[in-house]
Amino acid sequence: MSSPIAFDEIFGNGGDQPRAEFAALGAWLEETPDKELDRRQKAAEAAFRQLGITFAVYGDEDSSERIIPFDIVPRIFTGAEWSRLKEGLVQRVEAINHFLADIYGERRILADGVVPQELVLANPQFRGFLAGQKPPHGIFAHICGIDLVRTGPDDFWVLEDNARTPSGVSYMLENREAMLRLCPEIFHRFNVCPVDRYPDQLRDTLRSVAPRGRGSEPVCVLLTPGHFNSAFYEHSFLADSMGIELVEPADLEVDDDIVWMRTIDGRVRVDVIYRRIDDDYIDPLFFRPDSLLGVPGLIAAYLAGNIALVNAPGTGIADDKAIYSYMPEIVKYYSGGEAKLPNVETFRCRETGALQYTLDNLEKLVVKLVDGSGGYGMLVGPTATKAQIEDFRAALKAEPHRYIAQPTLALSTVPTLTEQGIAPRHVDFRPFVLSGADGVHIVPGGLTRVALQEGSLVVNSSQGGGTKDSLILSDTPGQFQSQGPAGQTQRQG
Amino acid sequence: MLSRTAASLYWIGRYVERAEFTARLIEATVRLDALSARPAGTTAWESALLVVGADQGFAAAGAKVCPRAVSNFLMLAADNPSSIRSCLDAARWNAKSVRTALTRDAWETVNRAWLGLRNVTDMGDTRETLSLIERIRAETRGFEGALHRMLRNEAYAFLGLGAAMERADNTARLIDVKYHLLLPEGEKIGGVIDRDQWTTILHTVSANTAYRWLYHDELKPWLVTDMLILKSELPRSLAGSSDEVVGHLAFIGRRLGRQGEADRLGRQRQAMLSRTSIDSVFAHGLHEYLEGFLVENARLDRAIAAQFRFG
Repeated sequence: MSSPIAFDEIFGNGGDQPRAEFAALGAWLEETPDKELDRRQKAAEAAFRQLGITFAVYGDEDSSERIIPFDIVPRIFTGAEWSRLKEGLVQRVEAINHFLADIYGERRILADGVVPQELVLANPQFRGFLAGQKPPHGIFAHICGIDLVRTGPDDFWVLEDNARTPSGVSYMLENREAMLRLCPEIFHRFNVCPVDRYPDQLRDTLRSVAPRGRGSEPVCVLLTPGHFNSAFYEHSFLADSMGIELVEPADLEVDDDIVWMRTIDGRVRVDVIYRRIDDDYIDPLFFRPDSLLGVPGLIAAYLAGNIALVNAPGTGIADDKAIYSYMPEIVKYYSGGEAKLPNVETFRCRETGALQYTLDNLEKLVVKLVDGSGGYGMLVGPTATKAQIEDFRAALKAEPHRYIAQPTLALSTVPTLTEQGIAPRHVDFRPFVLSGADGVHIVPGGLTRVALQEGSLVVNSSQGGGTKDSLILSDTPGQFQSQGPAGQTQRQG
Repeated sequence: MLSRTAASLYWIGRYVERAEFTARLIEATVRLDALSARPAGTTAWESALLVVGADQGFAAAGAKVCPRAVSNFLMLAADNPSSIRSCLDAARWNAKSVRTALTRDAWETVNRAWLGLRNVTDMGDTRETLSLIERIRAETRGFEGALHRMLRNEAYAFLGLGAAMERADNTARLIDVKYHLLLPEGEKIGGVIDRDQWTTILHTVSANTAYRWLYHDELKPWLVTDMLILKSELPRSLAGSSDEVVGHLAFIGRRLGRQGEADRLGRQRQAMLSRTSIDSVFAHGLHEYLEGFLVENARLDRAIAAQFRFG
């Protein structure tokens, strides 16, 4: 579904001259032949393959390991754009944590009628047994990946909040490494904020939420389902960059509500677990008894306050689609001000007026099941057939409370290397927000996903999406300084 | 360090070492086959199968002994658990699961070696075989180089420990098979020898020049044996490998603040080797001696697994 009036982040609306701030990028694109760009792009992809930055595609036997395509043309945000985004992200993530503490605590927001009670309490993502349970230091969603889309120079929208185990941050870091190596001239022309502090900040965040009384050197680990998991590279990369152990469930045991890991030197007590396993699979005693992945007793240890889980169990309620539509109200309720980052306009079909509007405009809207995911149970009006629209019309009338509707957005584009040369492609953006006992931190950067097919709005890696480096320009002087000529040589004679 | 991580590192060390040894063995056999005045023929390839204990597996697969079939089996056969492909598969599988304990360099060499074999289904002619072998050896050399640049921590020690254990095993098998093939029981020591065959052995352990430096003598089977068993200066000798095993175990012991059964067995073996003379080895029977060594090596392997809870 192409949009002829999509905003291009480098060239603006339909012009062939780059926006003034990005003139240097236009010049770079102009003077670097496509062939050379292609060569560098292939070099980056070869390096990714060698490093094993792969993801597994389920049901795809032959190429069980693939790399996500990398696009060599970076995306750029000005310092001013980033500051605005950052304020909005901090506000939103603080609200998410207040909201989680509230609904698992006093439930004031429900009592005040801001969010319908049954929407929370009857939601399968709401973990009733956690009611009254305070995680160490009161933080639930330590790591959030907020998916943003853009439709104009100043128009950013939150498409989705990921508050469970958001992934993709390794691409932010590895893409930057590749760009520094392959296109160093870009970093001489632009003053780019570094992203490589992310692992340090993440480690500080983990340490800051260790249960009190566990001393100044808490033991933090990263819990992965194992190396068959599609995001295993990221798990190992992060553990390695933080200098903490990467454990599998079988490496952990719970004894008397204390979590231990098995080492060559005997058992070592664990204080903080950055888990990359979903709630459902983390502890067979509590969630799915058929799960072979989990650590029996882990939740009991958490409930006893002996361990911090990052993110805490139960955060899934905060990124539920039904709750999403209330985020502007939620942000306002806890922060006292308007949400600085707006939601994509969302019609809750449970409300009569919204339902009527949706039914009247089905061919223009995207309709989603509130509990669906991965594009399942979704209607994209502009590309749907008449029959599909009528099916949805019937379904909407029968069970309106199960649906939300959103306008089809003209996502912004960024110049991208294609087989036909440089051409605009639609993008989204996922920055990563860390919340620790010491406050909220955001590394200036994020994951840009790009729909490589012409006109496509689908950025998912499973459907032909790729990634780009995301440069945030800095207002302070550059980080590069020459160290003088390198290499000592042997004296002759 | 996690016990699972230690076990994986140890086995990466073993598998990469085994892959490299097999690569050298094929290379040396090709050389023997090509360079000897008379064609060494099937004997050379049969003995190669014997050295890596793949003779029965090969027979079961039903192919006739010829250079191409044997090098395919030793190099590419997925149903041969000690083929280079199987070793690299296993090494990479382990490396993937302990990615954090390896440096980038070390991981990349293992991954590249694995990628290099991924789409190869047939070794082709001798020239192609040699060029593939050369590539694999370049990667395993790269792996050794990467190890040397690693932090001297437990990860380094477990990788090195695995490699040294495997090397001891491989060298003992090599001497055992080749010696008896070349000097069958009853043949007088010091008789006419097949220089090409002995050169092959030295090639397999890259000790051709080392021999000259150590003995200043022409090739003599008992001197070659003396070197490969007792000369601790030679990293591939049984004595050299045993020293290395003790060194790595001692390093880990210092880091953990305690030692165990594996340390004791390792030191015992080291002491025995230092008191042994090659004459007494021959007096007891070389084959019996080497067999005993392989049994001891397997016992030490089990002690290591128990001591560090490989599980």
